[in-house]
Amino acid sequence: MPVMTYIEAISRGLWEEMERDESVFLLGEDIGTYGGAFKVTKGFLERFGENRVIDTVIAESAIVGAAIGAALVGLKPIAEMQFADFVTNAFTQLVNNAAKTFFRWNIPLPMVVRLPSGGKIHGGPFHSVNPEAWFFHVPGLKIVAPATPYDAKGLIKAAIRDPNPVLYIEHKFLYRNIRGDVPDIDYVLPIGSADVKRIGNDITLITYGSMLHWSLKAAERLYAEYGTEVEIVDLRTLMPLDKTTIFESVKKTGKVLIVHEDTVTGGIGAEISALINENLFEYLDAPIIRVGALDAPVPYSPPLEDYFLPDENKIYNALKILKEY
Amino acid sequence: MQTSSIYLQNLTDKDYLKLYYFMSLMRQFENSILNLYRQGRIVGGVYSGMGNEATAIGSAFALDSNDYLFPMHRDSGAHFVKGQNLRTMMLQYLGRADSPTKGRDGSGHYADPILRIYGNISHLGAMIPVAAGVALAIKYRNEKSVVLNYIGEGGSNVGDFHEALAFSSVLKLPLILIIENNQYAYSTPVYKQTIARQFSDRAIGYGIPGVTIDGTDVLEVYSVCKEAVERARRGKGPSIIESVTMRMQGHAAYDDAWYVPKSELEKWRQKDPIERYESLLFDKKILNESIKNEILNKINSEIQDALNFALNAPLPKPSEDLFKVFLEKD
Ligand SMILES: Cc1ncc(C[n+]2csc(CCOP(=O)(O)OP(=O)(O)O)c2C)c(N)n1
Repeated sequence: MPVMTYIEAISRGLWEEMERDESVFLLGEDIGTYGGAFKVTKGFLERFGENRVIDTVIAESAIVGAAIGAALVGLKPIAEMQFADFVTNAFTQLVNNAAKTFFRWNIPLPMVVRLPSGGKIHGGPFHSVNPEAWFFHVPGLKIVAPATPYDAKGLIKAAIRDPNPVLYIEHKFLYRNIRGDVPDIDYVLPIGSADVKRIGNDITLITYGSMLHWSLKAAERLYAEYGTEVEIVDLRTLMPLDKTTIFESVKKTGKVLIVHEDTVTGGIGAEISALINENLFEYLDAPIIRVGALDAPVPYSPPLEDYFLPDENKIYNALKILKEY
Repeated sequence: MQTSSIYLQNLTDKDYLKLYYFMSLMRQFENSILNLYRQGRIVGGVYSGMGNEATAIGSAFALDSNDYLFPMHRDSGAHFVKGQNLRTMMLQYLGRADSPTKGRDGSGHYADPILRIYGNISHLGAMIPVAAGVALAIKYRNEKSVVLNYIGEGGSNVGDFHEALAFSSVLKLPLILIIENNQYAYSTPVYKQTIARQFSDRAIGYGIPGVTIDGTDVLEVYSVCKEAVERARRGKGPSIIESVTMRMQGHAAYDDAWYVPKSELEKWRQKDPIERYESLLFDKKILNESIKNEILNKINSEIQDALNFALNAPLPKPSEDLFKVFLEKD
């Protein structure tokens, strides 16, 4: 099986869908000639032409709005935000148009917005955001956030084929730092399905995106030191949440740690914690713990960014508290 | 804006040399920032203002100390003209503990209320409405200050541009917006950002003056900006100035700009803003080899001092205090 980086897997998935379906097209800033700020769409212009790989003006609201319009009449646009941070300029289009279209008009809206997100790249307060919680609260937007190359390819294909607006959150730190097996076949992963990335009976760790990788390391360390078996649930899709997989794991372990790179307050972890509390209170043997970034903008200077972001140590320490509880 | 050349008559020889000093300083500063990036000492995005010296310096030179500056990412020299010192800028770019943002943000993203400099955020166009708000406060308090803000030709397509100009033109706010048309927005050439003849024509839609100038000619930039500044001061409202230049480096330090034809760069190199101005000053006998060396030596030692100072300054030590997002009343 070919081994690819996370970014190659995204490109591969996009490429295959464009080969497969002529109604799929790309629009965004510097995605054509330049191949995208991160080179996700390198070579796409040469293969698919200007009609399907559209270099737009700098206007995120127009990019997302136009994607909505094209999707309304049956095309399958994939809009790229150069950085997830700039999606704030398209807030009205996503929250008021995209999210409410099916509810009001019963018209499918098959569109994807790609959001290169996350920190640890020294991008500072405007190039590092984890945007998921802004949209998680909005009924009508699906959100996926793959953590591995395999999931990245399977989920970009799923997002493109889904008849609803899907926000595809791709973590910039993973782009070239994570490699993995990616089958050279046309596989599509279901949206709304989590994946157990490590099996264990003692503690459930629920995570997604970049934090999967630090979580795996922390879990191995805890196992090596204490023999504690952590089960890691990689959400992969944030909206809709895979409650079945989450609940099954929590029933088994009775202890829960939720980890995300996004800031803690009002994050995805808060919702998951509430769900477990409402449904599985009697199964719990310890308070649910959340690990995430500090409630602040992402700072620029490396020592501050390191302090701000969750990491292997912070996850390990939280696991230890749960183990000892 | 044909009357602008009268403003040149008021420039003294000292002013002419100041313009030269600041342009050369800006170039040297940009060079040292690029070096620091290449040495891995500055992390993240580093954007060069090479080619933009006449625009940044000439425009900021038209301001008084009570005026407000809202610079963009290729306007480092404007900070210096407005009174910012090199050490502070170096600390800020290097993310040091004693920088204006204490390491919480980098590059020109700081504010200095005393010097009346308010740096940009990354979101293009986002500062134009904010600059309009400062202009509103000036009018509200019946003050005589003006606000100078910049935007790239690419950034001028962001919706905020339109909203801010619609807003300030109707209220006749003292705002001057310079569109820095440097031919490329990241990899995208100007003809893919507009099919209009020129960006300054947008002014027609707002009923305000709009003019296109040679952004490599510091005296033209200065005099046209000065006229717009004086107009704004008299309560006549905003102006747009499109300053035509070339981005002589990649979009950011990691970008080698392979998509820019060499011949295009070569053509613009003939119009290097500093060389152009230098030969003019030689012709006017304001500058000679010995004054030139004196100025360049002064710049070198100032840069060296700032580098030594900032590189030896500590990085921030994380603490809860540094992450406060609210001001607590005591
Ligand atoms: C709203 C927004 N969208 C996208 C970006 C990413 N970006 C940063 S600079 C840039 C190009 C800017 O071009 P221009 O405004 O012409 O200024 P220049 O860099 O050429 O001086 C882009 C697309 C951004 N910073 N803000």
